[in-house]
Amino acid sequence: MAYSNKVVDHYENPRNVGSLPKDDANVGTGLVGAPECGDVMKLQVKVNPETGVIDDAKFKTFGCGSAIASSSLATEWLKGKTVDQALAIKNTDIVAELSLPPVKIHCSVLAEDAIKAAIADYKKKQDELKGAKPAAQHAQPSA
Amino acid sequence: MKFPIYMDYHATTPVDPRVLEAMMPFFTEKFGNAASRNHPFGWEAEEAVEAARKQVADLIGANPKEIIFTSGATESNNLAIKGAAEMYREKGNHVITCVTEHKAVVDTCKKLEKLGLRVTYLPVQKDGRISLDDLRAAITDKTILITIMTANNEIGVLQPIAEIGAIAKEKGILFHTDAVQAVGKVPFDVTALKVDLASISGHKIYGPKGVGALYVRRRNPRVLLAEQISGGGHERGMRSGTLNVTGVVGLGKAAELCRLEMAKDTERLRTLRDRLSEALHGSLDEIYINGSMEHRLPHNLNISFAYVEGESLLMGINDVAVSSGSACTSASLEPSYVLKALGAGDDLAHSSIRFGLGRWSTDEEVDYVVDKLTKVVRRLREMSPLYEMVKEGVDLSKMQWVSH
Repeated sequence: MAYSNKVVDHYENPRNVGSLPKDDANVGTGLVGAPECGDVMKLQVKVNPETGVIDDAKFKTFGCGSAIASSSLATEWLKGKTVDQALAIKNTDIVAELSLPPVKIHCSVLAEDAIKAAIADYKKKQDELKGAKPAAQHAQPSA
Repeated sequence: MKFPIYMDYHATTPVDPRVLEAMMPFFTEKFGNAASRNHPFGWEAEEAVEAARKQVADLIGANPKEIIFTSGATESNNLAIKGAAEMYREKGNHVITCVTEHKAVVDTCKKLEKLGLRVTYLPVQKDGRISLDDLRAAITDKTILITIMTANNEIGVLQPIAEIGAIAKEKGILFHTDAVQAVGKVPFDVTALKVDLASISGHKIYGPKGVGALYVRRRNPRVLLAEQISGGGHERGMRSGTLNVTGVVGLGKAAELCRLEMAKDTERLRTLRDRLSEALHGSLDEIYINGSMEHRLPHNLNISFAYVEGESLLMGINDVAVSSGSACTSASLEPSYVLKALGAGDDLAHSSIRFGLGRWSTDEEVDYVVDKLTKVVRRLREMSPLYEMVKEGVDLSKMQWVSH
């Protein structure tokens, strides 16, 4: 199988490989995929809580070249976007940018899932910070 | 060193120049049809075919009359299994095979199931070999055929063929073996192994593609097969079609070279393979050999590099031709069924690479591959969330993964 030049470029020079402190309230972490499926992506965003803008994004991926490229590209796109803009990134945008063949579309889907999971994690942390904590404790379901 | 480096000798081998030289005249001046009985063109071709038949027979300790030429081992496997099932249908309707067989055997058996036969797919143990107790337990009075490969094409594991042959003989059941990866590489004698049918391929033994052979026992017992390709009654009526004379000549010459050079080649390749294995183990942690090292082809190594996905690994060593059990390298998106059958876990199947060394592999090439692979594995592990988690003390098997 031949890879597009962009996939090769991201594979050879992956952008933003690494980890952000996952306990930081301004950091959202998404971990998607499964080892037995052959791909696992960890994608993290660091959001400025004042502006809602993503200041930094990092990834680590276990997966094929297209999975690595999809997550690398996603971190590139995320930086500078607001949380809402980030949620608007579609897997089809990644497919188009990287010229992924049909058998690799699942890699882009996983990257989109990773973005959504990272942002959901960030929002959850922020909600907990905004005094939702005691409320959550009182709201124990009775049944 | 010549690039790209070829280390995929289980997939195919180049034609040995001595084989090509033997074949050349039969494309042009010696172009006769081996079935033309009434002129010298035909006689010349027939003579060459019979010489090749003897060369193939000599390699496996058979009588030349027991060699049927085919288009390749896929056809040989089809002919052996379907041909026996059809011929002995009145005697029984049960076939025994194993889960790690090549698709040419597995899918042929599935076809038999569609036709109403019963097939038992024996599991393999962790080392890749079947259990003889399982085999004995699977045999019924309706069993007509056991088909178990000699050496596996992915993990190079050798099955206990002599023991299987003895059991088959004792029970009066025919025994077929897909011997494609073993013949010409390790000693293989149809008498010693008590094999009734054996499939052979030309292009796995430095011969041409598009030609193969099926050994069909003629004595104790005399094996009969229902033909699967009908026509002019060539090859004792078992396989019609004008013989591929050039291919047959090439297969014969390739078989002769293997017979004469096997001892030397085997020793050299085993040393080279062990060098590869030891160097990889010396430079990388958490790498696992798939399948038995004791019962294994001397030129095979199949290793899983934990926490790194196979296709990304291949991408990093793109000047080396090897293959991976990773799903991403196949159209099916399923990792290797052979590695899965070993029970090592799908994640390790996704992380595997098969090395196949051959007649022209060198120390220099092995050293280059080890060096390159070590760098790529280290780089990809730095990029792997799994490796990071393990280093943090997370037990991956206890994680709740979201499958997709």
